[in-house]
Amino acid sequence: MDKYDVVIIGGGSAGLAAALEINKNTKSKILLLERDAELGGILLQCIHNGFGLKVFKEELTGPEYAERFVDELNEKGIEYKLNSMVIKLHPDKRIEYVNVEEGFVTIQAKAVILTMGCYERSSGSIGIPGNRPSGVMTAGTAQKYLNIDGYLVGKNVFILGSGDIGLIMARRLVLEGANVLGVAEVLPFSGGLKRNIVQCLDDYDIPLYLSHTVTEIIGKNKIEKIILSEVKDFVPIPGTEKEFIVDALLLSIGLIPENGLSEDCGIILDPKTKGAIVNESYQTNIDGIFACGNVLHVHDLVDFVTEESRRAGRAVVKYLTNNLDTIEDSIDIIPGEGISYIVPQKINPKNITDKIELFLRVKKEYQDVVFEVKSGEKVIKTIKKRHLAPAEMEQVVLSSKLLETLNIKDSISVEVIQ
Amino acid sequence: MKKQLICIACPMGCHLEIDIDDDYKVTGNKCKKGIEYGKKELINPTRIITSTVVIKGGIYKRLPVKTDGEISKKLIFEVMKELNNISVVSPVKCGDIIIKNVCDTSVNIVASRSM
Repeated sequence: MDKYDVVIIGGGSAGLAAALEINKNTKSKILLLERDAELGGILLQCIHNGFGLKVFKEELTGPEYAERFVDELNEKGIEYKLNSMVIKLHPDKRIEYVNVEEGFVTIQAKAVILTMGCYERSSGSIGIPGNRPSGVMTAGTAQKYLNIDGYLVGKNVFILGSGDIGLIMARRLVLEGANVLGVAEVLPFSGGLKRNIVQCLDDYDIPLYLSHTVTEIIGKNKIEKIILSEVKDFVPIPGTEKEFIVDALLLSIGLIPENGLSEDCGIILDPKTKGAIVNESYQTNIDGIFACGNVLHVHDLVDFVTEESRRAGRAVVKYLTNNLDTIEDSIDIIPGEGISYIVPQKINPKNITDKIELFLRVKKEYQDVVFEVKSGEKVIKTIKKRHLAPAEMEQVVLSSKLLETLNIKDSISVEVIQ
Repeated sequence: MKKQLICIACPMGCHLEIDIDDDYKVTGNKCKKGIEYGKKELINPTRIITSTVVIKGGIYKRLPVKTDGEISKKLIFEVMKELNNISVVSPVKCGDIIIKNVCDTSVNIVASRSM
């Protein structure tokens, strides 16, 4: 059985950054396992620009961003295997994977990093009434067909859900000659970045229907029509139905961290993020198994994935060199009023050298509010915020100096104060 | 007259206010990109265009490409037409020029990956 110091599962932006960061700091034996035919993950089909402003201080497309990491990985001679699907992860860090050349292989790792990314929510998860014809697909599937394979999925397209992939696809389809009839969002605000509303919808006069959803799909074999209705508190309002003649309906209704392997292994997930519960070192409840990137929580920007994965990589180096404090005493981090989640969910101040960044999302849009950070009942920090939206991940930084003054038994909470 | 815009210079999405009467003075920006964007967006809006072209002999059938600078919004569909008429042969390196001076904009179409 081959033995590795670190095995990284998933060769997308998170896996690439973690592998390079570990390689930079140690001579550890690393293996990166990727199920696709190339490294790079979802970046390869995200041909639009906007990646890399934080990490490279320039604006790159997805494939360019990926290529920089893949080139460096090759330069450093870090081992990876393509077309290799991990089918089982054991709590003792044995990994079973399959590929065509080697067949079924079991390997042993000292540390494992989970970087499997996300999958898209599909039509089954929202239960739209009506027929089940062809022509209904996720926005990411349509993106792969168009950008990688060169097929346009429809001439008259409607998009349900205003997530970033849906917005980006609305523009892509218009540029390639399709007619995008509209984008509907069940919530009263968009789930996408503001800039994508401007440059993908407004630029091409594509209507955005807020507080609307598709209430019926009509078509025998191929989709023919959809019915759009206004909603109030998620309930369709009778009499508001509009009909659209379409040949494709794209769904951009959210991403879910792909944690099948993790759950089978006994890793505890946060019901809000649907990613693992981790500490300040990105370690899960199982010793030596770490998680970062979109498999941990859905990020808005790949730059944040890269930065998080570098931090996770550094923590793994500490783990391998026995410099990670693993006493059980951690401070719980609790999302307060107005906050939907915070990552990491617990922190051990002993492992924080300089500062800890908490990443969080708010539940709704806010203007001119304050983040109040509390340790138990005591307010330890307040941060003014001009504009908050659920689509935009926020950061709260706590210095190790501040953490030293706290009672470890008191949980830390962050809440929005209006 | 004051106009409100959301800055698209980067994914931050700053809420800008531009005072047209005060020489397009921009407020609400968090970096200098916002000043440039706010002014340009009201005078001559420009965009980077990303798309694909046909490639023969590569791992996939499409090569992703982009403009290596911003082009006027009005020219977007003309550029797209040019991209539909072109086909390249693998190997191509990331950054290779696919079309020089597209639509007389002095901007080039370049490959955005190696294939």
